[in-house]
Amino acid sequence: MVIELTATAPQLKQTPLNSAHRQLGARMVDFGGWDMPVQYPAGTIEEHLRTRNHAGLFDVSHMGEVDVRGVDAIAFVNRLTSNDVSKLVDGQAQYSALTTPQGTVIDDLLVYRLAGDHLLLVVNASTTEKDWEWIKSHHTGDSVELKNVSADYCQLALQGPDAQTILQKLTDVPLAEIKYYHFTPGRVDGIDGIVSRTGYTGEDGFEVYAAADRAEQLWNKILDAGDTGSPTGVLPCGLAARNTLRLEAGMALYGNDIDDTTTLLEANLGWICKLDKGDFIGREALAQQKQEGVKRKLVGFEVTERGIARDHQDVVINGERVGQVTSGSPAPFLKKNIGLAYVPVEFANVGQQIQVDVRGKLVGAQIVKTPFYKRAK
Amino acid sequence: MANVPEDLHYSKDHEWVRVDGDVAIIGITDYAQNSLGDVVYVELPKAGDEFSANEPFGSVESVKAVSEVFTPIAGVVAQINESLADEPESVNSDPYGSGWMVRLKMSNPGEVDSLLTAAEYEDFTKAETE
Repeated sequence: MVIELTATAPQLKQTPLNSAHRQLGARMVDFGGWDMPVQYPAGTIEEHLRTRNHAGLFDVSHMGEVDVRGVDAIAFVNRLTSNDVSKLVDGQAQYSALTTPQGTVIDDLLVYRLAGDHLLLVVNASTTEKDWEWIKSHHTGDSVELKNVSADYCQLALQGPDAQTILQKLTDVPLAEIKYYHFTPGRVDGIDGIVSRTGYTGEDGFEVYAAADRAEQLWNKILDAGDTGSPTGVLPCGLAARNTLRLEAGMALYGNDIDDTTTLLEANLGWICKLDKGDFIGREALAQQKQEGVKRKLVGFEVTERGIARDHQDVVINGERVGQVTSGSPAPFLKKNIGLAYVPVEFANVGQQIQVDVRGKLVGAQIVKTPFYKRAK
Repeated sequence: MANVPEDLHYSKDHEWVRVDGDVAIIGITDYAQNSLGDVVYVELPKAGDEFSANEPFGSVESVKAVSEVFTPIAGVVAQINESLADEPESVNSDPYGSGWMVRLKMSNPGEVDSLLTAAEYEDFTKAETE
């Protein structure tokens, strides 16, 4: 077999936790120009299951952050994104997208409202530069100050049913009072930061933003507080587990399931398209597409025969190649092989039988409801 | 450090070969399984399938990736390890034992001599990771 080696590549960007990952024995990979841990010695399956059953800790410091301040902050971001920023209250976050005039996706992001005149946009790592240029290019007469503060922040995601108990040991912030998609400024282990009840795993959990130079302290303290090393303790988790967790939870991954060739409506993200909120980039195209109906749709599927569907494989229906798998993987918690794929809208129905071309072999699958996994509340 | 049993032969593609008369038992090395991560699926050929040397005969899949497995020597598949269908994780836990993949009736048993010894394979993997 051919082994892809983990070589130290000095040209890659590093998060402040790079040496911490290496000390833990992580296998590092090039992820969109970042040198990131794909898995630790426990392995992807164990990391995935531990997050579902107890807790997992993820370094997501590679994500980008753009700070938007000024009296026009809300109006400015509302013009660039598809969800309705004006609906946010202080301390609330929102899933949204930067859209092209065609209604396709430049990036998906979180919009945090720190104050009426202060927003923080959290964007994907590999798209940070592109997003930053796009955002700046639309800054004309608005009274806003834009700053790319990506390098200033570290971001750690503590996810899983034990996340609250673990994090509470390190902070006086009453975590139980933070609702889903809300956040509060506060101190964790004495470090100033933002504690947000958000995540990308389908579990309850928190994302903590703090100064980049405190990342290692925060990382180690959370691992200690979570009794890492014990069979039920928190495990550091790599990008491979992050991917399988988000896929089970039916969440789109930018670059795979959504990009600048897919519209929000095709990707089932109509719920973040607030067409009535006033004008925004892409509104017209999306309104028209909504009226005419989409031609293809992103669906979830489960493989029903032996085989694992993978990214970019063709979807075959009635002998014809009609679409493509955008994310395909084993699902460690569900113990199934699942995926997301674009198919023509006439086939986008739960129960529809499809086939996936797995390296030349047609493997049977069936369209199912998403999310594949939903946690018990 | 990866386990490299003395009595086996090795390929640069990280397969091992154990000679049993005119049959070669083939699997992937400890170093390979460790690099791959959790194996969740193994695809093997059928008994009777014929392969020339360095041809892929199957694949191993981890959560993240698919890797082809090559036969370092030519031959006809005499038997496959059926238990890997239900227990692919044997490739991780016991790569040289219950994780074996195929028994191949060798077309040219002399080919074994061209493979790496344990010591040579160890040096090879060391050089690869440096």
